Amino acid sequence: MEAKDIIKPENLVYQKSRLMSDATFNFCPGCGHGVVVRTIAEVIEEMGIEHDVVGISPVGCSVFLYDFYKFDVVEAAHGRACAVATGIKRVIPEKYVFTYQGDGDLAAIGTAETMHACNRGENIVIVFINNGIYGMTGGQMAPTTLEGMKTTTCPRGRDVKTMGYPLNITPLLAQLDGVHYVTRHSVHTPANVRKLKKALRQAFENQRDKKGTSIVEVVSNCNSGWGLSPKAANDWMVENMFKKYPLGDMKVDGKIVMDMNLPR
Amino acid sequence: MAKIKGAIVVDSERCKGCELCVSTCLQQVIGMSEPVNSKGYHYAYMANPEACTGCTNCAIICPDGVISVYRTKIED
Repeated sequence: MEAKDIIKPENLVYQKSRLMSDATFNFCPGCGHGVVVRTIAEVIEEMGIEHDVVGISPVGCSVFLYDFYKFDVVEAAHGRACAVATGIKRVIPEKYVFTYQGDGDLAAIGTAETMHACNRGENIVIVFINNGIYGMTGGQMAPTTLEGMKTTTCPRGRDVKTMGYPLNITPLLAQLDGVHYVTRHSVHTPANVRKLKKALRQAFENQRDKKGTSIVEVVSNCNSGWGLSPKAANDWMVENMFKKYPLGDMKVDGKIVMDMNLPR
Repeated sequence: MAKIKGAIVVDSERCKGCELCVSTCLQQVIGMSEPVNSKGYHYAYMANPEACTGCTNCAIICPDGVISVYRTKIED
């Protein structure tokens, strides 16, 4: 059987979500951002909530989120996505509100806004992309940069004596009483993408049931910033990033399930 | 015994040639083209169409969402 005999509308099993626009992503080839952006659209399409959803895009590589989605997206000032989400959710509580933030946005400039939104238990979903670097501005050191990791602003590797330790922010957020669900995933294999999709669905369902803040962290690659090919960047991530940022649930149904003895 | 056959369609103009689909495909169906698209990237294509099972792994891992997957069952 020829491929052209198989390629018929009735045999279609997978295509890009209809909530994605025709705009080409501004992400570098092989960037994990694209997978996460697509997966969020798939979850929203499956739940049928595209008319009731408002996304908040951050400053960073994902700043053009409003170009990629066909549903409503608001662009927030750097680090203020959780504050904007709080405002929108309180004025229009029936809307599903999610923020999409990188590690520079959530863990550096927006630490205060994020901490206090979580502490208030704002009923929003926070999607947090952690690639240990400021990608858009040219690969500078971020709070999440690993010890010894080389970036353009620490070319000899991060020295913890002068630059501090890598900030592992999601376990901190998990300890706040307002937070209902915290989990960490990655997108380097199809199995991990499927797990992420389930976690995102859980997070949006928590918001529907008015449970409190849900945080989904995605440990991702930044192959341009790390100076590696997409495949090599994924392998480097598995080898190094997962030691400091192990995958798995941290808080489920308002109860901490992570092992505090693990290097988190 | 019925056989599962699959096929993929790649939007070659939007493909950025990251090759993640090539390393993900368990059947080694996908290869990178010799010619380049208008942005200068070598794009993914079905180098070995006979082996495709339509598992959708390549489409799920594609960061740019350029792959559509088709699958059908063939009775012998």
